[in-house]
Amino acid sequence: MNTAVKKQVQKEDAMWLQKELINRNYHELATAREHNRKVSATFVPGNLNELLMCFDFARSLPETNALQNGMRKKSGKMIMDAERDGHSEDVCTYVKADLGMMLQGQVGPTGDPLPHPDILLLSYTGCFTFMKWFELVRQKYNCETVMLHVPYQGDGKVSPAMRDYVVKQLKEKVIPSLEKVSGVKFDIDRLRQYMRESVKAEENLVRVLQSAKQRPSPIDGYFGAVYYIGPMFTAFRGMPEATRYYDTLWAEVEQRMREKKGPVTPEGEIAEEKYRLVVEGPPNWTSFRDFWKMFADEGAVVVASTYAKVGGVYDFGFRHDPERPLESLAEYCLGCYTNLNFPQRIDMICRYMDEYQADGLLINSIKSCNSFSAGQLLILREVEKRTGKPAAFIETDLVDPRYFSAANVKNRLESYFQMIKQKRTAGAH
Amino acid sequence: MKCFIGIDLGSTTTKAVVIDESRSVLGRGITNSRSNYDTAASIAKQEAMVAARFHLFREALAKGGALNGGLEDFIAQLERDFRLEQFLEQLADLEQVCGRNVANARFGDAAKGVAAALVEVFKRLREEAPTLFAPGAKRKSDFFRDIAGSRYLAVSEQVAKDAGLRYDMLLNVFDRSIIEVENRVYADAVKGHLLDALERTFVALPGTRKFAEKIRNPIQSVIDTALEETYVVGTGYGRARLPFSKEHIRSEILCHGLGAHVMYPSTATVLDIGGQDTKAIQVDKHGIVESFQMNDRCAAGCGRYLGYIADEMNMGLHELGPLAMKATKTVRINSTCTVFAGAELRDRLSLGEKREDIMAGLHRAIILRAMSILARSGGIRNEFTFTGGVAKNEAAVKALTGLVRENYGELTLNINPDSIYTGALGGATFAWRAVMEEGKAAEHREAA
Repeated sequence: MNTAVKKQVQKEDAMWLQKELINRNYHELATAREHNRKVSATFVPGNLNELLMCFDFARSLPETNALQNGMRKKSGKMIMDAERDGHSEDVCTYVKADLGMMLQGQVGPTGDPLPHPDILLLSYTGCFTFMKWFELVRQKYNCETVMLHVPYQGDGKVSPAMRDYVVKQLKEKVIPSLEKVSGVKFDIDRLRQYMRESVKAEENLVRVLQSAKQRPSPIDGYFGAVYYIGPMFTAFRGMPEATRYYDTLWAEVEQRMREKKGPVTPEGEIAEEKYRLVVEGPPNWTSFRDFWKMFADEGAVVVASTYAKVGGVYDFGFRHDPERPLESLAEYCLGCYTNLNFPQRIDMICRYMDEYQADGLLINSIKSCNSFSAGQLLILREVEKRTGKPAAFIETDLVDPRYFSAANVKNRLESYFQMIKQKRTAGAH
Repeated sequence: MKCFIGIDLGSTTTKAVVIDESRSVLGRGITNSRSNYDTAASIAKQEAMVAARFHLFREALAKGGALNGGLEDFIAQLERDFRLEQFLEQLADLEQVCGRNVANARFGDAAKGVAAALVEVFKRLREEAPTLFAPGAKRKSDFFRDIAGSRYLAVSEQVAKDAGLRYDMLLNVFDRSIIEVENRVYADAVKGHLLDALERTFVALPGTRKFAEKIRNPIQSVIDTALEETYVVGTGYGRARLPFSKEHIRSEILCHGLGAHVMYPSTATVLDIGGQDTKAIQVDKHGIVESFQMNDRCAAGCGRYLGYIADEMNMGLHELGPLAMKATKTVRINSTCTVFAGAELRDRLSLGEKREDIMAGLHRAIILRAMSILARSGGIRNEFTFTGGVAKNEAAVKALTGLVRENYGELTLNINPDSIYTGALGGATFAWRAVMEEGKAAEHREAA
């Protein structure tokens, strides 16, 4: 039985650096008006951070705001406020947390006020809800909205025509709109410079994520990785600060690899790696620590997750290319995890299962996220069939605390871990 | 002798199964889970151990041959007499606790009257007790709380009326006292009760007295045989409450999968509908779980659904199935949400639908939900084993049989009369494997 002694949360240097980055960004947003800066809002998958930086925008990411509010236990009330305002129970809870935050006076997760956006940049990479979300935000603030339509990889590949179509929109629609709203002229060399920084950070992020191939894995590729992807997937990619963050992070992880240490969790280090898992689906944010603890207590380490690729699939080779800046932005958007078709998602998971020597696949299905959840059971069956490894399915929610039933989730997880153990023992006989 | 014990702490009932070295089931025990899993585990285990003794009595007496032809009647009488002894001890305990609670209650001037009434109530309860355990006597439940509770209510109402006392005062005393008594474990008393019961049995079956020694000796030798708790494995919702180390705890998924395999070795798919869970489990030919699915986020369509409906209909849970079996058609009930189903039920009643036809619809609704979870887990394969409390409900079984045939064709459907013990049997088998195959020793033999 676990002791009830409350331990100090363990944080590494990179985590402090990241915290600083996040706080600074919220501060920049809060003071944007004072400094005469325009504010952009955009989503994580397909986010064109380097491009937005070319126009000096202070950058807000609504899903990140929602998940930060979720982790700070603020989203429940926001969601209820949004529901009272007329939004149905089944709507994406990121959306409702964001709308609820607006209703509460647009105070961000850190307590700093969030300014109204001047432009909504919708990089449409497979999630239909994003479009509706910005439609609601636009209605509220009557601000400029620009939509970059990224064709879905229905056939599992990116054709030159698809890429050209995105580049054309960037040239003819997105860049002119950003110029108009910001009053800043587009400078492609500035974009190239940011991209050079991006590449350095991307290299290190991939090293960090792939360190989980080692036994024991020095990182958790899901609970830990959601921190590691933070700067890359949000407002910092292309900044020297992000590059520094990934340098520090990689140095820490490398050190752990050398020392053959397991991942650090908020409760401490995982002493013995008993189960190696691949996870599909976003995490639950409102009970994030409890959720992680359910894995850590059992010695379960997530070695790879699809969610850690939601803002860019870098581990399969993609890098921003300063020599082909617009083309590479287009390729980045086209290759986001949310823009992949089912066979691609299945292939990716099977590849992870193999390369990371995983014991099984766990799907965390999100009640209010149709974009991720549709077809997940088919993915589960196919992965089971191809890999012969056991898979399990649990259901929680992103930021609605009402849909995280701790006892049930724990019960399913324990059953799953024991099932893996039993199969392993049986296989050894 | 070595005993391997599995305890399944369910949300409604706690079950225990004891098996021996050859993996034969020696005994099963069940009790209500109360809000106290520790006690429930102890009592269920004790009940299973008592059942194990009776199993051994039967074997020993059969071997001796003294009761040629009359063995089953004798054992049945002995068991009733043993239950009576147990009941009387708990009743005496209840009387004492009630007496103490009257003294502490604020009944003012009425206190004396209440105390006197209690003496009378318990006198009558003691007197009528043998009839409760007479051959053929019907009890709705075997749990002390239920038997003593229903009789106390009836008797005290009459006593209060005769004495001109307020009935609610007597009820108040009972409510304050029953939890304490219910949560007491009478483990030490078992041997004494068995010997006392034996004397009662000789009185009840005078013909057997002439073989008294031939009967007493094997029984005494069974009583003297230490039933060693070699290894205990706990499972079920309350398993985290068991005072065992992690090694002694298995998830109910694994236990139900293995339990079903032990009962029916060709089992490929298991459906378990319990109080708050519906589980669909796929097992391989060794009983090892390959995949599972459970209801998440919501307990719609679980056993509690039927409990709620029974309350709505003002019926006993056991009466639902038989009523539904009288249906001439199945009224469509769409909702598997327990509360909405209650609303649908009243709506259909107001439209003039017959109760039995609505009941058939409700049973179909619960099974439809299970079919969806089964589909999620990979469908139904042959053989298909249905376990859990709901497997005892004939209307649920009928609905399941129909839907399985419709969707998967002809399959072998296994339902064991002891299916409620599937999880505990799986646990006991894990305990057996731990010792006999993995060479483990018990870490907490004193536990539970």
